[in-house]
Amino acid sequence: MATITLDTVRKVYAGNVEAVKGVSIDIADGEFIVLVGPSGCGKSTLLRMVAGLEDITTGEVKIGDRMVNNVDPADRDIAMVFQNYALYPHMTVYNNLAYGLKNRGMAKDEIDRRVKEAARILEIGEYLDRKPRALSGGQRQRVAMGRAIVREPAAFLFDEPLSNLDAKLRVQMRVEIKRLQQSLGTTSVYVTHDQLEAMTLADRLVVLNGGNIEQIGAPIDVYDKPASTFVASFIGSPAMNLLNVKTNGSGLALEAGEGLSGANTMGRDSYIVGIRPEHLEVVDSPPSDDGIALEVNVDVLEPVGAESYVYASFPNGGQEIVIRVSSHAHHEPGEKMYLKAAAENVHFFDADTGRRVD
Amino acid sequence: MKKVQFQSRWLPYLLLLPQLAIVTIFFLWPAAEAVRSSFYLEDPFGFGSTFVGLDNFTDTVTSTDYGRVARFTAVFTFFVTFLSLGIALLLAVKADKVLRGASSYKTLLMWVYAVAPPVAGLIGVLLFDQHVGPIVDFFAMFGWKMQIGVDYFDTSFAMIVTSVWKQIPVNFIFFLSGLQGISKSVQEAASIDCRSGLRRFWTVTFPLLAPTGFFLLIINITYAFFDTFGIVDVIVKNEPGNNPVTLVYKVYLDGFRGNDLGGSSAQSVILMAMVFILTIIQFRLIERRVHYT
Repeated sequence: MATITLDTVRKVYAGNVEAVKGVSIDIADGEFIVLVGPSGCGKSTLLRMVAGLEDITTGEVKIGDRMVNNVDPADRDIAMVFQNYALYPHMTVYNNLAYGLKNRGMAKDEIDRRVKEAARILEIGEYLDRKPRALSGGQRQRVAMGRAIVREPAAFLFDEPLSNLDAKLRVQMRVEIKRLQQSLGTTSVYVTHDQLEAMTLADRLVVLNGGNIEQIGAPIDVYDKPASTFVASFIGSPAMNLLNVKTNGSGLALEAGEGLSGANTMGRDSYIVGIRPEHLEVVDSPPSDDGIALEVNVDVLEPVGAESYVYASFPNGGQEIVIRVSSHAHHEPGEKMYLKAAAENVHFFDADTGRRVD
Repeated sequence: MKKVQFQSRWLPYLLLLPQLAIVTIFFLWPAAEAVRSSFYLEDPFGFGSTFVGLDNFTDTVTSTDYGRVARFTAVFTFFVTFLSLGIALLLAVKADKVLRGASSYKTLLMWVYAVAPPVAGLIGVLLFDQHVGPIVDFFAMFGWKMQIGVDYFDTSFAMIVTSVWKQIPVNFIFFLSGLQGISKSVQEAASIDCRSGLRRFWTVTFPLLAPTGFFLLIINITYAFFDTFGIVDVIVKNEPGNNPVTLVYKVYLDGFRGNDLGGSSAQSVILMAMVFILTIIQFRLIERRVHYT
């Protein structure tokens, strides 16, 4: 077990493509860190640099107190779980688990003990004699996890390990990974593009965009206080409503011209205002108290079971807005709706940089 | 596999007909003819033939000359197969790691593939020429005076080198595509599990290349047995004398130079049987250990 420290790590590929632009993260011992972002944000490259599968252009990666920039992947004391499992197809499950231990010159009975123990934890004991091709996707995923566990490494690295599984299995394995990491207490770095996976697994989230860190923080903090419009729209589903507004005299107005009553201008010309769908409350008449009030027309109603989402637009056209309502609420397309949001649930972002303004 | 039902029951046979015709005309019929004439003593001038039973076979097997040629063929086949597979694998592994200029490097290596065996033999002869051959000059520096066509060992050496050189590109292409078919992440997983690149190669890469290797093993043995005819022919310059020749070349020599069609047929029947047995052994013994994904 160990800390992992990234100090202004950069990755520049041939042709001057900068995939990672100076990222610094301090990962505590036993912490579960999730790197999340859209494809091409550099999250996998970052993980692969920690693993040693990718050269580090500049900057430093430390595992524990040791600088590992030029250390061979096999000597970094890390174990990695790959997206497509990367099991050795010609070896039995047992040998897949034992391979990394054998190569490190471990005694046979110790290898056997560890493999059996991992097989017990992951419930793959009955497949130990099988080859990977005789296993289902979920079973292969467990074997891939087992291969990491038996090593008892300083850190686990996960590269989108669940994205090849079907939705049901993914949820199941997600819980299992979390449980496993909690009981083993091994420092873990997990890469995913799925914000739900990121939210549920992480002790701390690292939101990446275009090779830069947008925000680092506990999932709920990132959710409650997104540092930028990018984070606001990436974390949470459906995404946060982002509305372009301008100041008009005493208050704010949507770009389409609709006034936002009750909002404070805070001394700037224009903002992006963010409100999560669950923070919009449907009210009977335009309210005048503290907070923001809107008037919209219902376009589409999307029931998802536990709740429903209303997609609505402003009378003057322009932006669309999503509102979470109770699944039993009754709304018709075309219907007029008054919305209210409490002041503490309204986020302000700089219109140019997209950064949060408090 | 998808099962296709034909409307007419004759259509599948009709579609197979060209293939069957080719096999029959170019393989089955000559093979049958060879088996038949191996039991006859053919008049050298084609005026008739006498049934002699197994005499041709006993004559062939008991002749010291045949044993010598068979031994040489075995040694020749072993070296050609082993060296051309080994060198090609080494080149393919190295080429797989090349990032810059990879395509021109590969093209250069594959070039020889386009050279016909007799031409390869001719180039080999030039390289090993007594007076202008650079290889002869090269070894002369170390005090080895090569005498191709005169010295048995030197001639064998030249034959093996030329045959290996000719065969490397084919093996290279297959090995390279085999290597590129191995999942990148499996190799990365191995690089985390095992520090030694050499050990990684033998425990992960090589087993995953086994299907390709097995296929090439059969192709190469067949090549060394039969396709090296042109190279042998050019190097021994129609003067077999004491020079090393392979079994196939001996079939040709005895049949068309020696006009012993019966004996020659008996030899080719033995050759057919050998290849047949060899193939069965390979499939029984080796394929069982080969892992196909």
